[in-house]
Amino acid sequence: MFALSERSAHPVPDPFTPAVTAGGAVSGADLSHQSGLELKARSQWTYARIRFFRHKLAVASLIVLIIATFIAMFPGLVAPYAFDEFDFEHIVEGPTLEGWHLFGTDQLGRDYLSRVIYGLQTSLWVAFLVASIATVLGTIVGAVAGYYGGVVDNLLMRLVDLILVVPFLAVLLVLSAYLGQGKPWRVGVIVALLAWVGLARIVRGTFLSLREKEFVEAAKAAGAGDMRIMFRHMLPSTVGPIVVTMTLLIAAAILLEAALSFLGFGVQPPTPALGVLIGDGASEGFSSWWLVTFPGIVIVTLALAVNFIGDGLRDALDPQQRVRA
Amino acid sequence: MLTYVIRRLLYSTLVLFAASVLVFWGMNLVTSPIGFLRMQPGYSEQTVQNIADRKHLNDPIYERYGYWVKDVFTNKFGTGTVSDLPIWPDLQRAMGHTLQLIIAAELLAILIAVFIGVYSALRQYSVFDYTATTFSFVGLAMPVFWLALMLQVLFVNIYLWFDVRIFYVASLNSVDPGTGIHFVLDRAQHLALPIIVLAVASIAQYSRFMRASMLEVVNSDYVRTARAKGLDERKVTMRHAFRNALIPLVTLIALNFGALLGGAVVTETVFALDGMGLYFINALNAGDPYPVMAFLMVTAVFVVVFNLIADLAYGWLDPRVRLE
Repeated sequence: MFALSERSAHPVPDPFTPAVTAGGAVSGADLSHQSGLELKARSQWTYARIRFFRHKLAVASLIVLIIATFIAMFPGLVAPYAFDEFDFEHIVEGPTLEGWHLFGTDQLGRDYLSRVIYGLQTSLWVAFLVASIATVLGTIVGAVAGYYGGVVDNLLMRLVDLILVVPFLAVLLVLSAYLGQGKPWRVGVIVALLAWVGLARIVRGTFLSLREKEFVEAAKAAGAGDMRIMFRHMLPSTVGPIVVTMTLLIAAAILLEAALSFLGFGVQPPTPALGVLIGDGASEGFSSWWLVTFPGIVIVTLALAVNFIGDGLRDALDPQQRVRA
Repeated sequence: MLTYVIRRLLYSTLVLFAASVLVFWGMNLVTSPIGFLRMQPGYSEQTVQNIADRKHLNDPIYERYGYWVKDVFTNKFGTGTVSDLPIWPDLQRAMGHTLQLIIAAELLAILIAVFIGVYSALRQYSVFDYTATTFSFVGLAMPVFWLALMLQVLFVNIYLWFDVRIFYVASLNSVDPGTGIHFVLDRAQHLALPIIVLAVASIAQYSRFMRASMLEVVNSDYVRTARAKGLDERKVTMRHAFRNALIPLVTLIALNFGALLGGAVVTETVFALDGMGLYFINALNAGDPYPVMAFLMVTAVFVVVFNLIADLAYGWLDPRVRLE
């Protein structure tokens, strides 16, 4: 049985050389390894998925991130203790199997593994919040600037320049020192308010070139409104870079939130966040090395995993962008 | 070229003016100098009003902005809100320390990163290449403050266990640093760890960049031509490929340098170095808006100046780029 779409102009001359089906984006040669008679129409997305799953490091990283997200969503299931539970039998002890203090305990006998797990919850939540807000904001600003061009573009891009002139971390620190008040969601919103600029530039660039394409002209001729053209016609062609940037934003947000919380301007104790835990650990003196080491290893693992996923997505979604190197 | 420089300078001035307005208005939105004064222990309302009058805190915001700008130019940023201590001497001293740190770290980073990048590119997909790539990925995923703390943990414990002092883990100098060569050695022992921390972050970034840029050049037509002429491989890589591959890196370094002058905040805080970053953090913790604004403006000037230098250097090094 042939599942050919009716759009296929050519009748199939020979069942062993499959022809292009719907979409037409891929040549028949790519399908020729399929010796069976059944042919499936593969969309761009199917190909992206196949390319992504070929990237072993990215898949492994995805599994790590999914596990981390699961742990962060249900910390109570995984953590051996509550994050503020004291165990006065074990105070300032290194990693030990006794009582399952795998990451050791602090001065109050709080289990650091449990604290790291609850900290993971806060940090991941902030990171996802930052990535979502910054992606929406950056996409909208970039799309508007690139689509309308002219004065609007000029104004928006000068705003972007201005945000880039004053050092990122410094502005972030000022804002969270005065507006953050230690709440994770506030920290997330503040980071997002500055983090959208990079994405806005990327989206603007693609929109500038897409604006001149025939399909946009066709949509205009058909009487589509600006909003419809921007978000129904042009945006789908930009999804690749946006998704990749969003992934990298998650990694950047994890690192930024950790730095802010460590410096005391991000998430405030008693809420555990990975940066807070490292700061707490450092303030207890350096002989208890485990308090600094383990939360940091978790941060590095997370940031690495997210970066690898970003790399895999870039190869999968945007094969032309692939650096030859 | 000259018109380009002049136009860029004018544009930069405009950007700085806009940034100053943004900084002043923004700080005004999130802070309240008078509220800050009222929070000081032992300040009567009379004292608060006296200071407010002297610093024009009750005037409308555009007038205050005018006074502030006047202070910036005629009085070198003036004084803080509470103390009458001038801001500039502190900031200047801190800037000197930060410069020592950054210049050393960047020089080290450039030397190592250029070597790693070039060697990785020439031996693409070799064990060295993969190792370098892995390290730079880890370097980019590692929070700066965590690396700093881990080094502190390591060297403190070496000291505790073996009683050997290799590097100090905090501040710029010992209490009694001595003079001459002893002073320099003491300073080096203190600065070594911060330099390593800053350098690691830069190496991770620069070496990737250098590798990509070198690969592009090595595979280009004129390098093939040079080989076809029969030049020996050393000359081709060093004279033809390497020198051209360096050009994009120069831009990146200039941009990074400008940002680092204000951005070594985390490293300086962890190592308690009396630099601009720590000055900024202390000002933030104290809650006084004026030193914070001074810091933001000074760093904005650095960023703008180094952006300009980056563009000019690019045009000068690569004649194909026309600056217009």
